[in-house]
Amino acid sequence: MLKIENLHATVADKPILKGLSLSINAGEIHAIMGPNGAGKSTLSYVLGGRPGYEVTEGSATFDGQDLLDMDPHERAAAGLFLGFQYPVEIPGVSNVQFLRESLNAQRKARGQEPLSGGDFLKLAREKAGLLKLDMDMLKRPVNVGFSGGEKKRNEMVQMGILDPKLAILDETDSGLDIDALRVVGDGINTIMRRPDKAVLLITHYQRLLDYVQPDFVHVLAAGRIVKSGGPELARELEEHGYAEIAA
Amino acid sequence: MSAAVLPSRRDEAWRYSDIDAVAAAWPLPAPESIVVPAGGDFRRAIVQDAGGIRQIELVLGKGATASVHVLNIGGAYGRIELAVTLHEGADFHLGAAQIGGGEQNLEIVTTVTHAEPGATSRQMIRSVLGGTATGTYLGKVAVARDAQQTDSEQDVKAMLLDRSATANAKPELEIFADDVKCAHGCAIGELDAMSLYYLQSRGLPPAEAKKILLQAFVAGVFDGAEDEERLQALALAKLGELV
Repeated sequence: MLKIENLHATVADKPILKGLSLSINAGEIHAIMGPNGAGKSTLSYVLGGRPGYEVTEGSATFDGQDLLDMDPHERAAAGLFLGFQYPVEIPGVSNVQFLRESLNAQRKARGQEPLSGGDFLKLAREKAGLLKLDMDMLKRPVNVGFSGGEKKRNEMVQMGILDPKLAILDETDSGLDIDALRVVGDGINTIMRRPDKAVLLITHYQRLLDYVQPDFVHVLAAGRIVKSGGPELARELEEHGYAEIAA
Repeated sequence: MSAAVLPSRRDEAWRYSDIDAVAAAWPLPAPESIVVPAGGDFRRAIVQDAGGIRQIELVLGKGATASVHVLNIGGAYGRIELAVTLHEGADFHLGAAQIGGGEQNLEIVTTVTHAEPGATSRQMIRSVLGGTATGTYLGKVAVARDAQQTDSEQDVKAMLLDRSATANAKPELEIFADDVKCAHGCAIGELDAMSLYYLQSRGLPPAEAKKILLQAFVAGVFDGAEDEERLQALALAKLGELV
C-alpha cells in the first residue's frame, strides 16, 4: 500500500530524513519509535505533503501512485489520513461543517455522490460515540478550547468519518490519560484494523502499543530506520532505551 | 461633511482614495441625513456592489439606538462615509466587511461623535483584500467635553491574501471628557499556514480551505443584521471570487 524508498528530506535546508525505506502492506499495523529529533514527525509531514518539507531524494508511492507528486487534499482523497501531533485550533469554523465539506470534497474527487446533511450527522454521531466525544463538541469550532485529550479524540473521530485506507498517526498517544488512551486505542482498532487498511503509528512510548498491537516495529534514528522487528522490539526499547538499540 | 472643493491626497480623510474616481463623481450630492428621535430604533443594511461614494449623516436622539451593517464589495472605487452624532445614552453599532480583489479601492470612513454623556458605540470592521486591492478604514471617535461615561469600541482587522494587497487602518480618538472608555484594536495579517494545511490534509482543495477560513474571519460582522443571511451569502460569494 505504501512504499518508501531511500527517502531524503530537508526542513529549512537542514537534512532530517537520510535514506529512509519502509514498506507497508494492507492489513498491517506498523509502529515507528525513536528518540527526539530522529525525524518521526518530519516523516509524517513529508508523507502528508506539508509545505516546507522538501524531498531531495528517493520516492514514496501509495497504491502505486507517486505520493510526493500529489497535493495534500489529493492525498486525502486517495485515502491517506494524517493524525496530527498538535491538532490545530481554528476559531469560527465548526467541526461538523468543515468535516462534511472535507468528506464531500473527497467523495467528489473519487466520483462519488455527496453525503446529505442528515446522513453525515448520523455518521458523525456514530464515530463521536465510538471515541466517547460529546456530539456538542463536534459542533463547536475546530479544537478551540479542547483539552489535549479531547483534541486527540477529535482527530480519531475525524479519521472515523473520513474512513481512510492508510492512517499515519503522529504521537496520537501524547497528552492522553490512561482512560483516554484505551478509548483512542479501541477507536484505532475498530476503525483501522481491517484487511484493506493499514496504520503507521509514530510514538515515543510502548504504552499505546499495549492497546494497538503492531505487526512490525521500526526504530528511527538520525533520519533512517536502524532496526526493524516484531512487537517484542517495542518492549526491548522500553527496557533498554534507544541509545543501546540504535547504536 | 463634504468639502466644498475637490479633496486631494493631502486631505487626511482622502489620503488613500482613488482621487480620479472622486473627481469624476464631484461635486457629491448632499449626504443622506437620518435623524432617529429620542428612544427610537434604526436599522440599515448597506450593500455597496457597484462602486461610488456614499455619505450618510446619522443623528441619534436621547436613548436612541441604531444598528448599521455594511458590505463594501463592488466597483473599482467604493467609499462609504458615516458621520454619527450620539446624544445622551444613545447606542450605535456598526458591523462592516469590505472584500476586494483586482485593483479595487474600498474605503469605510466613520466619524462617531459622542456629544453627550452615557452614549455607547461599537464598530467591528473586517477587510479581506487580494490582488493589488486597497482597503481602508478611517475611524474617528470624538468625545465632547461633557460626554462622561462614554463607552466606545473599534475592532478592526484586515486579512491580506496576497503580498501585493494593501490594508490601511486608522482608529483615531479625540477625547475631551475624563471619564470615558474608548477601546480600539487593530490587526492586519495573513491566513494561518498551519490552519490551511490542516484543512487541506482532510481533503479540502486549497480554494475551499481558504474560503472556509475567510468565512470565519468575517463571520460575526453581520450578527443581528435583519438581512443577515443575504449579507453572509453575498460576502461568501465575493470571497469565492478571491480565493
